[in-house]
Amino acid sequence: MANIIGGVTTSHIPAVGNAISQGLTQEYYWKRFFDGYNPVKTWLKEKKPDVIIIVYNDHGLNFFLDKSPTFAIGCADEYQNADEGWGLKPTAPFTGDAEFSWHLAESLIEQEFDMCTCQEMLVDHGFVNPARVLFGDHEVWPIKTIPLVVNTVQHPLPSAKRCYKLGEALKVAIESYPEDLNVVIAGTGGLSHQLQGERAGIIDVDYDLACMASIINDPSWFYSQSNAEIMEKAGTEGIEGIMWLVMRGAMGDKVNCLHKHYHAPISNTGAGVLLLESAE
Amino acid sequence: MVWKKHEYDKIFGTYVFDGERAHRSYALNKLFYSFNEECCRTEFNEDPTSYCDKFGLHEEQKKMVLSQDFLNILRAGANIYYMAKFCIPRGVTVQDAGAAFQNITGDEFRDKLLKKRDGLVQRLTKEGGYWNG
Repeated sequence: MANIIGGVTTSHIPAVGNAISQGLTQEYYWKRFFDGYNPVKTWLKEKKPDVIIIVYNDHGLNFFLDKSPTFAIGCADEYQNADEGWGLKPTAPFTGDAEFSWHLAESLIEQEFDMCTCQEMLVDHGFVNPARVLFGDHEVWPIKTIPLVVNTVQHPLPSAKRCYKLGEALKVAIESYPEDLNVVIAGTGGLSHQLQGERAGIIDVDYDLACMASIINDPSWFYSQSNAEIMEKAGTEGIEGIMWLVMRGAMGDKVNCLHKHYHAPISNTGAGVLLLESAE
Repeated sequence: MVWKKHEYDKIFGTYVFDGERAHRSYALNKLFYSFNEECCRTEFNEDPTSYCDKFGLHEEQKKMVLSQDFLNILRAGANIYYMAKFCIPRGVTVQDAGAAFQNITGDEFRDKLLKKRDGLVQRLTKEGGYWNG
């Protein structure tokens, strides 16, 4: 049986990938942010999970606004990164697990989450930067990956509560797969930030910390908010925090927090790192 | 035929990318999305006017793209992630574009953000349980 051994949260912003590529991770601006991942990296090296499901939003690489699925899942053996228009060198391709993906899609759809299934999927910085920051750069990645995309770009978006429920269904889906796989789920993006409008540049540290506490102890506080309420506090792009709730929903009622880290600012954002294990 | 009002409309200085904005700026975003392909970037650079016509931009949108008026492109409803594919290769970061809304420079914008680091460790210590090296 496949088993969820941990849940992680992480930023996915482009600047993180740029800092890695430019060798800036130990510069003053970045050091505290990147060093805060070390306990998670050590844990991953010890536990050697087989698969990581990365929950993220596409920013206009794989999906254009002509077709904007609310929830989509990669169902392929391989995922390519590609130029997002800025001329950055793509990473090595990621190995998928098509059998596992199709099982997850079937189970989720049976549970009334009507996923968009993707047999080809370009993965953008929202997926790639979490992989790079958690595992380092590789020509052959040390883990299989499954991309799970949530629309956080073109409203209407799914509610925070719906994301949490997707996570609950994902747990059922994972735990009904017959192969013995150790699975980690990463909820990416956030925390508070807003890129445009007169209010651009907001970071609300108190709200970010409240969201992190809620993810650990009481996710209902987070998911009881409407998307408008979340955006009022966290900013239009801070709504990405709802993707943390997908991870959290998959972890069961109670979790042990093995590591928590927060830093601000990273580019325009507050950045939170959590490592959770189920306490059930 | 009316665009529905939303709870988020009242948030100060905030433009949520919803159906109304996505509909209005569709051609602009489609043009920017094409810049994922290097051949499209080259084609645009060789003849920007024809390229705008190919994507059906109306006159006002075309004027903004040709003059690289990033602020008004965003005000016209373009999505920041898509506009980034246009402005970043031209030396204007997403932060510079955000700063323009407040009529400040990108450096001033970044300085304001950096202030968030002041007192952060103390705040986290008060919260308790946070890693700090």
